[in-house]
Amino acid sequence: MLIRIPPRHLPEPSEITPRAVWSQRRRIVQAAAAGIALPAPGWLSAQTTRPDTRPESKLAGKVSPLSTLGANDKPTPYKDVTTYNNYYEFGLNKEEPAVAARALKTRPWTVTVEGEVDKPRVFDLDELLKLAPMEERVYRMRCVEGWSMVVPWVGYSMSELIRRVQPNGNAKYVEFVTLNDSKQMPGLRSSVLNWPYVEGLRIDEANHPLTLLSFGLYGELLPNQNGAPVRMVVPWKYGFKSGKSIVKIRFVEKQPMTAWNRAAPQEYGFYSNVNPEVDHPRWSQATERRIGEDGFLARKRATLMFNGYADQVAGLYAGMDLKRSF
Amino acid sequence: MSSRPVPIGAIKAAVFVLALGPLARLLLLGTTGEFGGLGANPVEFVTRSTGTWTLVFLCITLAITPARRLTGWNWLQRLRRMLGLFAFFYGALHFTTYFWLDQWFDLAAIGKDIVKRPFITMGFAAFVMMIPLAVTSTDAMVRRLGRRWGKLHRLVYAVAVAAILHYWWHKAGKNDFSQVGWYAAVVIGLLGWRLVDRWRKRVVTRVTA
Repeated sequence: MLIRIPPRHLPEPSEITPRAVWSQRRRIVQAAAAGIALPAPGWLSAQTTRPDTRPESKLAGKVSPLSTLGANDKPTPYKDVTTYNNYYEFGLNKEEPAVAARALKTRPWTVTVEGEVDKPRVFDLDELLKLAPMEERVYRMRCVEGWSMVVPWVGYSMSELIRRVQPNGNAKYVEFVTLNDSKQMPGLRSSVLNWPYVEGLRIDEANHPLTLLSFGLYGELLPNQNGAPVRMVVPWKYGFKSGKSIVKIRFVEKQPMTAWNRAAPQEYGFYSNVNPEVDHPRWSQATERRIGEDGFLARKRATLMFNGYADQVAGLYAGMDLKRSF
Repeated sequence: MSSRPVPIGAIKAAVFVLALGPLARLLLLGTTGEFGGLGANPVEFVTRSTGTWTLVFLCITLAITPARRLTGWNWLQRLRRMLGLFAFFYGALHFTTYFWLDQWFDLAAIGKDIVKRPFITMGFAAFVMMIPLAVTSTDAMVRRLGRRWGKLHRLVYAVAVAAILHYWWHKAGKNDFSQVGWYAAVVIGLLGWRLVDRWRKRVVTRVTA
């Protein structure tokens, strides 16, 4: 039997935000977005940061109006967010990355931005951390496997970075490349995917304000297993589209060949927008299990078109056949 | 070897208790939450665990005859029914987990799954084929069916193949065949041994004839 010793930094159940507080959250955010003055909601920021975090790993962000959650959405417990991870570079089981990624060196770290841009650059992580004000974005995260979470990310819109490197007229797509270091990543020995892990977006998708360049979650720097030190978060697409531990961003003219699309093109399309009407060949995508909530006590919930972000992103795909361009 | 009779009653009791171990583990993890409990996705955990143990018990059951022949321990034969029934037991738990905790009795969705998805079709077929084997496992049924009993119980080979295909196709899209590959090798080995055995018997009878 596998005896798992939980790492010391896991939060007490008491630290997890109670549902009652979270259900208020949306209203307060909406009120704030509408410009209504509210007494400083001290608990609001306090509840998405963990009080026992070491000071050097704290990463605060201003609550963003783009954090729009439904009545049934509450943040997934920190423990689940950080122990149930798909990160094949650190192992194929979801429990493995939390252990195997501990030794990953996230400093020094650079991100090379190149390709069809007027100002190609190599960014140091510290530069990226200061590039734009940090925001807290609580997003739903829907995995292609049929489960979902709600994660309070910290970061800023990808468009902040894009505008600084000035893409030229040939930049139609953006490619994101994950670290490919077999000394640090034991999972690279497996031939499940073609390494490095490459993901990509159309330039207008990358420029959409919801598309997040994330450096943290729950008010602290990203845990390694969640894609430290910098990752993508594209909340209306299946989770695998959001590349982790990014070392290179390339602006290209042709649609990039992405890792999963290459491995199983009939199962994982380039767009991979969350779509309850387009089944995965091996399972239905109509419902999802919210981690920490649905299962023994409740049935799965309905999956929403574009993961519930249709109002913001449906326009990007006007006139496209989403069954064909899945 | 000694002529002392094998304490088959005690062995059977021990195997029975051991075979309940996987279920006891799930209950313990689920109720105490110790050792990480059932993890972030308990339904997935229970589904995978019961599925794996179904396959393990199928393999053990299929290994009884070859093991008996290789070792000469004929008493092994007397464990076979119980092991086969445990395969059915874990298979039933696996199916119930899917039917109840995963799909919440949504018959329309389940029907669609079975028709549309080859991996679920195979899993369902394997489970359905196990039902007549479990039902006819009693002494009375063995007597009543006579020679037909043996013929019927050859279905277990089809169950094993369907179970492997179920698992294999489940993993296909992820290109992750590390575990299912081992199970497939074991099942191929166990079925292959029977083919070779049959072929040798035929050759021997032809030579002696």
